[in-house]
Amino acid sequence: MNDIPVFVEPPSLGVDRTLTNAAKLAAEGLSVRFSGLLAISDVTLRLARHEILGLIGPNGAGKTTLVNCLTGFQAPTDGRVVFGEEDTTGWSAARFRAHGIARTFQAGRLFKDMTVAENVEVTGVGLGLGLKAAREHAMALLGWIGLADKAQAKAGTLAYTDQRRLGIARALVLSPAFILLDEPAAGMSDAECEELMALVSAIPKSFTSGVLLIEHNMRVVMGISHRVHVLDGGKTLAEGSPAEIQKHEAVMAAYLGMEA
Amino acid sequence: MIAFLQNLIDAVSLGSIYALTALGIGLLFGILRLINFAHGDYITIGAYALIVPSADVTARLMIGELPLVVMTPLICLIVVVVALLSDVLVFRPLRRASSPTLMIASFAVSYIIQNGVMMFYGARPKAVDLWSGANTQILIGDLRVPMLQLIILVVTLVLMAALTLFLRKTPYGIQMRAAAEDFRMATYLGVRGNLVIGLAFAISGILAAAVSLLYTTQSGSLSHTMGLPLALFAFVAVVVGGMGSLVGAVVGGFAIGIIVTMLQAYLPPELRAFRDAFAFAFVILVLLVRPAGLVPSRTTFERV
Repeated sequence: MNDIPVFVEPPSLGVDRTLTNAAKLAAEGLSVRFSGLLAISDVTLRLARHEILGLIGPNGAGKTTLVNCLTGFQAPTDGRVVFGEEDTTGWSAARFRAHGIARTFQAGRLFKDMTVAENVEVTGVGLGLGLKAAREHAMALLGWIGLADKAQAKAGTLAYTDQRRLGIARALVLSPAFILLDEPAAGMSDAECEELMALVSAIPKSFTSGVLLIEHNMRVVMGISHRVHVLDGGKTLAEGSPAEIQKHEAVMAAYLGMEA
Repeated sequence: MIAFLQNLIDAVSLGSIYALTALGIGLLFGILRLINFAHGDYITIGAYALIVPSADVTARLMIGELPLVVMTPLICLIVVVVALLSDVLVFRPLRRASSPTLMIASFAVSYIIQNGVMMFYGARPKAVDLWSGANTQILIGDLRVPMLQLIILVVTLVLMAALTLFLRKTPYGIQMRAAAEDFRMATYLGVRGNLVIGLAFAISGILAAAVSLLYTTQSGSLSHTMGLPLALFAFVAVVVGGMGSLVGAVVGGFAIGIIVTMLQAYLPPELRAFRDAFAFAFVILVLLVRPAGLVPSRTTFERV
């Protein structure tokens, strides 16, 4: 399962510009408290370029809160997020994106009345490309992700799985240093999961982006992650290779619901 | 038959005025969730800018005397400045306020503009003769069409086409549409909120200026409350068309114009005084059948 063949060609992106060369994205002792309730507590995690880090944990483990912190959507109560060598305290979400930390959303958050191409274009324009360059870049990304033939369809009319791909394409605009995928496989069939795994596992090579993959589907996470980080009750339970995590007793007990 | 066609032409021309006004209101609502009742007063400002400021009953043309190619951009500029000022001074400090708060603020802007106009120009309505040449009639078969009504329709169609092209083909337009659908997401992706909102105010100012010129030419009179009924009917048009949809605003504008004109023409004379009541009854009926308006917008549905 660990060696999914990469059949996706690296794209020619139409722009020769990336946002940053920062080598790591790290959470250092992160805690988030919502009116007395600890959503995550003292989580430390390091994501490098060129790797896929799986993030798993039962519902309510704090996965999305962690991703929100790592992308500027949530300010940590304690600890800090370090991007390259920079402390990102006080950065807005838009600043995270502009500096090369992109994410997708569970809810998609696409511009549904705009075309598929425009959804990607507007991101390029927002990040500083001219319209023409943004168009070419958008078409290259859509070609890479397999949506070129639907470029002129309204995003709202896409099938569910295609909406997920579009969300990923939008996050890949200008080859971010890091991309955080929030449950990209949710609701996908096995065949669709296979395609998604091939795409996601090609991201580090094709875009030189580190990937943080939150996913419930164990086959997907274990299949393409280089390392897996397990959260439970807001705390780090374990971190290791997929093989190690699958044998880890505490993980089995807490997460997979099995007695050790 | 001829009488009906004659009425239809009146209806389409009134509908054009409402559609242009509704577009201005709808554009701001889309991006800012602001129901801008001051939009009618932008129209008033554009109309009064044509004449010399004085409290005299008879109006003397000032900017209105200049050739069309100078006058039109000048009036647009004045109204755009007023629209942008209302954003910078009033709406920008309220960026995080709720929709109802913004609407109340727009009432305040509306009153300030009306009273400002009253201070400089007096409270009595004034007669102006802006472009009497436009009232000549053209004969098409047995149909007598006032040239002005054709001009109104053509100007409306040209402005709508220009706005459509702007929104679809320019980087600013694409950013505006993204912001209208999901403002927070758009700003996350790098779209600059204040730029997009400023553009929306500027465009709604240009649309208001166009209505100033067309409406003043047609009515031949000015009053400091002249924008109010326009804003009210245009707001109703936006609701009937579907909040958040620009196509809906235009469809609603024409629908309201046609209904009002046809009611005026075909209601029995003793009921004509209640024309607007009938028009609004129709609005209620439309909303009962289609609560999201004639052209529902997906975006508003998700948010409300």
